[in-house]
Formats: sequence, C-alpha cells, structure tokens
Amino acid sequence: MRTSRTLAVALCAVALTATAACGKDGTPGATAASSGGSAAPALPSYTVKTDVKVDSPVIAEARKRGQLIIGAKADQPNLGWEDVASGDRSGFDIEIAKMIAADLGFTPQQIKWQTLVSSQREPAIAKGQIDFYVGTYSINDERKKSVSFAGPYYIAGQDLLVRADNTSITGPESVGGKNVCTATGSTSIKNIQQYNPKITQFDTYSACVEKLMSNEVDAVTTDDAILKGYASKYAPKLRVVGKPFTKENYGVGLNKDDKALRDAISDALKAHEDNGDWKKAYDATLGLSGSPAPEVPALDRY
Amino acid sequence: MGFLFEQDNFALFRDGFLQTIELSALSALLALLLGTLLAAFRVSPVPVLRAFGTAWVTLFRNTPLTLLFFAVTFGLPPLGVHFSHLVFAVLALGGYTASFVCEVIRSGINTVPLGQAEAARSLGMTFGQTLTLVVLPQAARTVLAPMSSVFIALPRNSAIAGAFSVGELYSAQQTFSERGYSIFAIFFWVACAYLLISATVATFFRFLESRLAVVR
Amino acid sequence: MSILNRPASAGVLYDAPGPKARARYRLFGVLSVLGILGLLWYVFAALDANGQFDPDLWDPFQYNFVQQMILDGLLATLKAFGLAAAFSLTLGALLAAGQLSDHKPVRWACTGIVQFFRAMPLLILIVALYYAFFAKQSMWALVIGLTLYNGAVQAEIIRSGVNAVPRGQGEAAYAIGMRKTQVMASILVPQAVRSMLPSMIGQLVVTLKDTSLGLIITYQELLFVGKKIASQPMNAAGFPYIPVVLVIGPIYIAMCLLLTALARWIEARGRRGANRRTSPAA
Repeated sequence: MRTSRTLAVALCAVALTATAACGKDGTPGATAASSGGSAAPALPSYTVKTDVKVDSPVIAEARKRGQLIIGAKADQPNLGWEDVASGDRSGFDIEIAKMIAADLGFTPQQIKWQTLVSSQREPAIAKGQIDFYVGTYSINDERKKSVSFAGPYYIAGQDLLVRADNTSITGPESVGGKNVCTATGSTSIKNIQQYNPKITQFDTYSACVEKLMSNEVDAVTTDDAILKGYASKYAPKLRVVGKPFTKENYGVGLNKDDKALRDAISDALKAHEDNGDWKKAYDATLGLSGSPAPEVPALDRY
Repeated sequence: MGFLFEQDNFALFRDGFLQTIELSALSALLALLLGTLLAAFRVSPVPVLRAFGTAWVTLFRNTPLTLLFFAVTFGLPPLGVHFSHLVFAVLALGGYTASFVCEVIRSGINTVPLGQAEAARSLGMTFGQTLTLVVLPQAARTVLAPMSSVFIALPRNSAIAGAFSVGELYSAQQTFSERGYSIFAIFFWVACAYLLISATVATFFRFLESRLAVVR
Repeated sequence: MSILNRPASAGVLYDAPGPKARARYRLFGVLSVLGILGLLWYVFAALDANGQFDPDLWDPFQYNFVQQMILDGLLATLKAFGLAAAFSLTLGALLAAGQLSDHKPVRWACTGIVQFFRAMPLLILIVALYYAFFAKQSMWALVIGLTLYNGAVQAEIIRSGVNAVPRGQGEAAYAIGMRKTQVMASILVPQAVRSMLPSMIGQLVVTLKDTSLGLIITYQELLFVGKKIASQPMNAAGFPYIPVVLVIGPIYIAMCLLLTALARWIEARGRRGANRRTSPAA
C-alpha cells in the first residue's frame, strides 16, 4: 500500500505533462506553515490607502509598473514561508510587508515576492532588484553602510536548535567542539565562533535543519524566531534551547539614500503597531510557534 | 583592491585559496584513479564491466555538478556514509571528473596503433599486461592535451563546493560580498587566484608533454 | 544507440576468449552483477529504512502547481540554454577567427580573452556579473556568463579544428587565388566544423548542464525549482532532497542524452553527404 502510493506519486512526477493530468490543486489541509488547530487566531486585514504621497523614486517606479517588489525568505515556517503547492506566502514578516504595502497604496495582489537568501540581500537592495526587504534582517552598523533600515519591528535573539533528545547542549557555552550549522555569511557565524564549535555552512537554514534531523550536525544556530518556527513544524523531534545570547533588531531593509521611503515605512509600522494589527499578526503567525507576543519594540528613526 | 589587507580578510582569502587547492588536488587524484579504472572497465572483455563503465559515464557526464553535490551531500548520510563536507565534495567532484577522464583515456587507447596491442598479445601478454605495460603508456602521450583541459576545468568546478559548506575561494567571495566590499575588488583577487591555479596546472602539463614527447 | 556500445579497440586488446576464458569472464560477469545488484539493493533498502520513500515526502509532486513549476523551470532552463548556445557559438567563431588572424594585436587580444575566460570559474563569473550589472535580470547574467566561458572553449575547439585541417587544403586554396577570408569561410572552417562537431556538441552539453548555476543567482530554472521544493517541505515528514534529486536528475540526463543523440544524427547526416561526394573506399 505504502509502496504503491509512492510508486503512483513517482510515476505521476515522471509522467509530468503540460496537462498535468494527475495533479491535485491547492494546499493540503494539515500542511501550511502553521501547526495551529481549529482555534488558530485569524489574520488581520489591512485597509489599502489611496492617494499616498511618498516622495521616493523607488515608490514612483513601483507605481509606474503597478507592482511592489518585496524581498522575503521562503523557507522559514511562521516567519517567511512560501507554500510550494500553491505559491501562497505566510508568516510574520510577510504580514509586516503586507501592512507596509497597504499603507503605501498597494494591495496584496500587487506585491511581487522575490525570494532571496541572506547573502544576496545587500546587493539586491543596493542595485534596486527589490523595492524593500522584509525577512529576519538584523539592523547593524556594518549593513548600514550599504542599506538603510526602518524599524525595528521585532526583537529576536540568537539561540540554538537541537534534537529533542539532546541534553548536552544547554547554551552557547556548551557547543565547543560540537558541529553547529548556520547560513553562509550570516552574522550568526561571528557570534557563535567565539565558543569554538565546528561550523557547517549552507545558503539556507532549511539545509541546516535537514542536517540536524539526519544527525549530521548537533545544533543549528540563528535567531530564535526562525528556530521556533522549525521546532513547532517538526515537533516533537526538535526543540529550541531557549537561552538567547544576542539581541537582533529586525528591520525593513531599503535603499540607503531613500529617506522618504524609510519615513513612510516607519509611519506604516507605527500605525499598525498602534491599532493592534501588529499583535494580531503576531498571534496568527509567530505566536503559533508557542511564545506569547512580546512588547512592541520602539522604532528607531534616524 | 586594498580591502584584502584589512582585518582578517587576508587569512580568510588564504584559507579559501588553500582549501581550493586541497579540494582540487584530492579530487584530481580520485578522478585520475577512478577514471583509469573506468576506462579499463570500458575496454575490458567482461560485458558487465563494460556496461557498468558506460552507465557511470552516462550518469555522471550528463548530470549537472550542482545536482551531484546535492545528491552526495543529502543522499549519502541516509546510506550510513558520514564524512566531512570536504570529503563529500571530493567524492562529487572526483566522481564527476572521473567520467571525463575515462572518456579521454578511452579515446587515447583508440589512438594507439593496432600493431602495438597485437604485438603484445603475440608475446603472450594478458589483457591487464597489454593495457598497463603497452597501451596505456603510449596512450598517455596523446591524452595529455585533452587531459590538461579536464584538469584545468577541475579547480574551476570546485567553486561549486563553496555552496556546500567547504570554505574555499567561492565561499570567501560570498563572505567578502556579505561584508560589503566592492564586487569588482573581490572579483579581481578571486580571479587572480584562479588564474594562478590554472596557469600552474597548464604549465605542469606542458612540462609533462615535453618530458614524455618522443619522435614517432 | 546501444548503451553497451562496443569499444572500438576491444578486439585488439585481448585474444578471442577460449572455453576457459569464457568461463572465467562469465564468472566475473556473474560476480559483478551480483555485486552491483547488491549495492543497488543496499542503497534502496537504506533509503527506504531512512523513510526516503515515505509517500508524504513525495507528496509535493502530486500538485498541479508544483508540476507547473517544474515545467516552467524546464522551459527557463531551455531558454537560457538556447540563448547561451547561439551566442557562445557565435562568440566562439569570432574569437577563433581573431586567434587565427594575421594581425598580431588582434591575435594576442583574442588569445588573452580566451585564456582568461577558460580559467575563470563560471560560478564566480556569473555571480560577479549578477551583482555588478544584472541584479534585475538574472537570466542575462547567466546567459552572458555561459556565453563568455563556453564561447572561449568553443573558440579553442574551432581553432584546433582549423589547425588540424591538412595544410595542403589551405595552400591549394591560396594557390588558386582565394583571399584569406575565402579560404577560411569556404575551405577550412567547413572541414574543421565537421571534424570538431563531436567536441562542439560535447561543449553544448556542458552549457546545458551549467545553466543549473542559475540557481545561485535566483534564476528560476529547473534546479532552482528543485531546490525550492526540497527546502520548503509541505509536511513534517522532512526535507525531500532525495526525491527531488531522483526526479530532477533524470530530466537533466534525458535532456543531455537527447542533445547528444541529435548531435550523432547531424554527424551521421554530414558523413553521408561527405561519402556521396567521394568514391567509396574499398
């Protein structure tokens, strides 16, 4: 039975035709990013503003093409996720992006998502490949040299994801000599390096999590917000250690010289934080990973 | 251009360079041994071995190297094979290059005059002796030129390993680019490193060619 | 085309087997078959025990959206390949002409360009092009990267082909008063292309495979789609890296084999034409 179903699926994939005769539509019920039950909190909806005046070349360009190009992650459950069976995006970062888009006068249908891995973010923003980027983007001085940030809209901390039966890793001090995986070129490497682990690097965290589940590495390290999503998706196999050892301010990354856009995005964040959308969005996305909504961080306008 | 000498950038660059050389050298060794063995399979009297050699070459020559890296990195651990990422990269790169080496050697064998093998056989040599003592040494000369392009290609291909947790030049480039240095400056230094490697390989083969050259 | 194509020199390297040798070969054959089957069985069993054939892991391939995505990826791969193949053959011809030029500066410049792009890793070239010039059009970073590298290689192939045409051909053409361009265009290059066709097609296969590097610069070709399916699993069964390799791999192999078969066919046609003009050899 089991094998025959596998065989059917395999044949289906091999016999892949333009008509896709054996295909299914839509999203399977139990999948999606959320592990929430029937009582899952509902996502907020955002009113799209009309005649918005932002003196920004990026927005003028976006308005001309009728599309806002937003960079995001696609493989982080509850945070920045894309369902491969439907192409739908979900997660906290996605909601933040939608809020901002609404205040800039763009409907969700007018957003064109662009998946970028961590190491591609600065070049993509600087070269105008995307209009702005919302995806676990920590604000730091080094990055401020090439891009600017609106926010922070969330505060995360670097933590460790381990297999549920692992009791030997209790915090960053205990990873010495252990095999720790993280994303190529991320700030997480520098922070963990001082504890002398063996470091494995891939361009996505999902490759790291697969290596963790197949016992190839002992821990995955990055921001707890990302890790919690994986932990809840693969419960009860994985757990987050729960001792954040850094402070990561998530911001919206945008063109370095576009002060008008930065102010507009800050205003949008402020408005949605004040009217409760932020909290609602959190409960319906990141909240599903098992931690209650934190305090809304204060915006840093510069 | 000067960024290379700031902070710990030079150490990173040097480590990447050495890792590229180590990875390339190990893969070259594996490719040479495995490729020769496969070529022997492909001309052997045992049909099954011929089929195996052909299947290997067909499979590895027609699969993108990146896909092979995926297959090795994520496919071997479930089979109970646990190595470091460097070894995985050597396996992928060596196995891939071996299929090219095999084809080069096989076509080299075909250029050895028939009389040579016939003479060897008439002396009573076995298949193994004919191949190793008479045919391959002569084939070695004609295969040097195509072999040099295969081995110049190898360090270049090794860049893909950078995306699979091997800290070589490409991953150094990624890190520099993440640190925000000018893409042109990074490209300049990385290009220099690769040109140096490929020039060394080319010189080595030219040296071999001049050593092995005989008047025929 | 038989997969067991007989090596050309096989008959020369060993004597026709006698009864004893035949028995020995048969034993070798049986042992290797057993060995290979055993290995395949082990691979299958180990993957199965690891849950890699769990239907949940193969689930994504059932969905229309995913199948459409794979098809789109395939088309994107073919599009990049088509452009890169056309451009690289053109560039290869130009660079080869430059390398064979009578003007020293042109010759040196072209040789320099060829050697430089032959030595640069394609991956690094593509990434540099992408970040420096083509952040908005990743396809062109891929196509231009492929063109520069494969054009350089094709130039080398064409050049060595032209040099391998018997010298008498060119001399005869000059003797009847043809100019250099004419000698090249109507005498040397046609003969060179015929003899170099296998290598040129071989390089085209490399070009086709290398389109997969588009993955690194977010060009949505076949392997990019595969990686996306693998890294965004639909359920908690895990990451379907192995199913993706098992589905995407054969597609690439089939495309490359088709291209090779096409090359053989063209080659056979060319040879037939050549034979018609010459008297059949005894």
